[in-house]
Amino acid sequence: MRNFTRIITILVFIFLYIPMIILGIASFSTGKDIAVFESFTFHQYRELFRDDGLVSLLTNSLIIAVISTLSATVLGTVASLGIHKSRGRLRKAIMTMTNIPMTNPEIVTGVSLALLFAFVGIILRINAVLGFWTLLIAHITFNLPYVILNVMPKLAQMDPDLTEAALDLGCTPVQAFFKVVLHEIMPGIISGALMAFTMSLDDFVISYFVTGSGFVTLPVEIYSYTKKPIHPKVYALFTLIFLVMLILMVTMNLLQARDNTRRRKLMLRRAGR
Amino acid sequence: MKSRFLSGPYVLWMVLFTLIPLGVVFYYAFTDSVTGAFTLANLGSMVNYWPIFLRSIWLSIFATVICLIIGYPVAYFIAHCKPTTQRLLQMLVMLPMCMSFLLRTLAWVALLEDTGIINNVVMSLGLESLPLIRNNGAVILGMVYNYLPYMILPLYTVLMKIDNRLVEAAQDLGCNSRQIFSKVTLPLSIPGIVSGITMVFVPAVSTFYISQKLGSPDTILIGDVIEMQFKSAYNPNLGAALSLVLMVLIFICVGIMNRFSDEDEEGMVTV
Amino acid sequence: MMKRLFSLLLCALLLLPLLPVRSNAAEPVTVNLYNWGQYLSDGSDGCIDVIAEFEAKYPHIKVNQMTFDSNESMYTKLTAGGSSFDLIIPSDYMVEKLIEEDMLLPINHDNVPNFQYVDEAFRNPSYDPGNVYSIPYTWGSVGVIYNSAYIAEEDVAAQSWDLLWNEKYANKILMFDNPRDAFAIAQYRLGYSINTEDPEELEACADLLREQKPVVQSYVMDQVFDKMQRAEAWIAPYYAGDYLLMAGENEDLRFYRPKEGYNLFVDSICIPKGAEHKEEAELFINFLLEPEICGGNLEYIGYSSPETASKDFMDPEVAQSPVAYPPEEEIAIGTSFSALSQEATQYMNALWLTVKTADTATTVYLILTIIAIVLVIVLWLLFKVRRRKEKARRCQKWKTQ
Repeated sequence: MRNFTRIITILVFIFLYIPMIILGIASFSTGKDIAVFESFTFHQYRELFRDDGLVSLLTNSLIIAVISTLSATVLGTVASLGIHKSRGRLRKAIMTMTNIPMTNPEIVTGVSLALLFAFVGIILRINAVLGFWTLLIAHITFNLPYVILNVMPKLAQMDPDLTEAALDLGCTPVQAFFKVVLHEIMPGIISGALMAFTMSLDDFVISYFVTGSGFVTLPVEIYSYTKKPIHPKVYALFTLIFLVMLILMVTMNLLQARDNTRRRKLMLRRAGR
Repeated sequence: MKSRFLSGPYVLWMVLFTLIPLGVVFYYAFTDSVTGAFTLANLGSMVNYWPIFLRSIWLSIFATVICLIIGYPVAYFIAHCKPTTQRLLQMLVMLPMCMSFLLRTLAWVALLEDTGIINNVVMSLGLESLPLIRNNGAVILGMVYNYLPYMILPLYTVLMKIDNRLVEAAQDLGCNSRQIFSKVTLPLSIPGIVSGITMVFVPAVSTFYISQKLGSPDTILIGDVIEMQFKSAYNPNLGAALSLVLMVLIFICVGIMNRFSDEDEEGMVTV
Repeated sequence: MMKRLFSLLLCALLLLPLLPVRSNAAEPVTVNLYNWGQYLSDGSDGCIDVIAEFEAKYPHIKVNQMTFDSNESMYTKLTAGGSSFDLIIPSDYMVEKLIEEDMLLPINHDNVPNFQYVDEAFRNPSYDPGNVYSIPYTWGSVGVIYNSAYIAEEDVAAQSWDLLWNEKYANKILMFDNPRDAFAIAQYRLGYSINTEDPEELEACADLLREQKPVVQSYVMDQVFDKMQRAEAWIAPYYAGDYLLMAGENEDLRFYRPKEGYNLFVDSICIPKGAEHKEEAELFINFLLEPEICGGNLEYIGYSSPETASKDFMDPEVAQSPVAYPPEEEIAIGTSFSALSQEATQYMNALWLTVKTADTATTVYLILTIIAIVLVIVLWLLFKVRRRKEKARRCQKWKTQ
């Protein structure tokens, strides 16, 4: 059993990482053809750094991802507190609404927002309604459920007496929130924000429908790249992003692991005393 | 207590940007593209597209089943590793999700094409090139590849939470490993299976890029038709009608799926 | 620890977007150009970089290029609303349609003195008398591109559109992914006018295209470059100028203009309604018309130049290429598009959709679906029966006890 699952796991990981390997190798090839490796070069990376177009697209993606994540995290955390306090039909209604963007296919969300914005544009007679703001609104909208669905379980786990205790000890409700509640639900907020951030950074489908002429993110532009003969420097950019992500994730993992062992040691020491 | 109203801004936001847009989709689906008058013609023309709906649904069902079959052992394996290895493997499953799926799909094209990497090797061995791309299989492969992490992660979360004492108890009561699996592990992992199936099936059935790149003109999916209505043959009304039908179909499917598990939906996202 | 790291990370990310914004404090005017893919020399392979040259000459203007891949998708983006462009490059019939629908702004010819270089033959076109709304950018023809390494001589000897229906090359044939160009090919084969609005004739064309579908590898526009250059596909109808670009990458590619007739087109630069920087846009038009720029640009993109003066700045081989500049007798059999009525366009779009969505393997899925439904029902019934039996057994046990 153990061996069987191990073999499958290894095969699946190979399967998952084949494309990365192909793109990584292609980024070092002199030729334009992704399927044929001609000879080794760093040329594509040099090209990449000379091209400020790609860099600015990446910046656009980061701007949208950061702002939408921050807004969604704040709005979503506050909303979670509210939902946590509400009961019965209201709570059910809100949770159903939260699940709509989750179960709705992305293309329907994109299409519906595009139609809404076009509609608003016609009513307000704004020509260029699609752009930075519509993109931001769309991203916040699909980020919000991730935050809420990650924070809600933490709120449910939290001991309600903690807040009571803080209030008894003379905290104002706001203070109680910042000193006690926030601390307790932080892991949920962080994982929600991280999920929202990655979703937002890599979102193509929804952005594709609500993007205008002025402000384009990297995934959307990559789509138009893939319709034309694609320049190998895009592979170089991809490989770099991949490496950065890998390093980021590994470091966070290591930090977390170290944190855990330290905490365990602390606990052991306390127990020993 | 005042804190109940904290969710006010959020509710307002969701009404504005989730419910109202769906209302706009309804509005477009029931109006004529030229005159703007009320019509059922858009929804009536859906009968022309039922083969495409059927194909989209079937290909995604196949993809979902394959994801489940290969995702379960992986999730099981990860859930039974040491905590540090678990975190590392979980991260490795998540990592591809953060990268542009367009480019990753393109890499598959480079691998499978008639002049692609595999066929170059095959032909250099003096064999006929294999028909690897532009068929249903290639589209299913693309779906499995892109959405497999969405199956593994919820399964892993559920499997990890299974109390080992239950397994031990079953062992003590004389279950063999197959019985343990079918009587303890599998029933307990049903919520994960359900959410995994939903998370794979929904994006797969509505995809429009995978079939464009890995499919042929004969494997057009419903997502492609919707995209066409908004991006090349401008007919937002027909597009809205198609989206509406797709949405209703998916809500029905998800509704049926959720019947199978009585778990609270709040645990649905477990990445 | 995690928390601190996370907040640090967020702060860093928050600062990141601020950097580039601060660096270009003197906000330049941005002209949004909506162009075909591969349709402006971008400085690769030692050619001129038109946008960079322009921005060097006019430092206060930035040109932001976005691309489309067919007249129809451009029209869609324009009518869908929501975005604003300062310059678009539609083809002749699309210019006519846009003028009819009052979607263009008249061009101030005082700002475009270089219009003087445009050849007499391209002035005052029928789709835009007096060049009020459009300035010719390039012209060209549609033909068949094929890979001589794989296509037998005798199959191309006829120089006909029939090659695109040849079953011998099934799955190696590409086809236009826009209704107007695709229908035109069927119309040439059937001997109809390419501007026909007769529903029956359009229907017949759709049938012909549906008949072609089994041999088509994919419906493509700009992907044609990649597929033809790498010999992933062997036959494709496409624009002559793009053939020249492809032939530069793959020497086996050949081109002919079919004897049944072919489409001659002029692509023009226009300013759509809603443009925010009309004067800067006109500056850019004028810049493109400068013979030196025009020559360098068109030498790269391969399309034919409407300015004889610009040929002095081209490689003589390109300037005399019979592909880009067909001889008189070949020009004579070419025909041009004109705008179709709204109804005809819609009808054609609808037919095109039926061609693209026509399905060949429906019965399989239907059978599968029926089997699946039956299976689910049977399983459910079995489940129920078993449960009832179990219940009965349990009841019995309880009774006997």
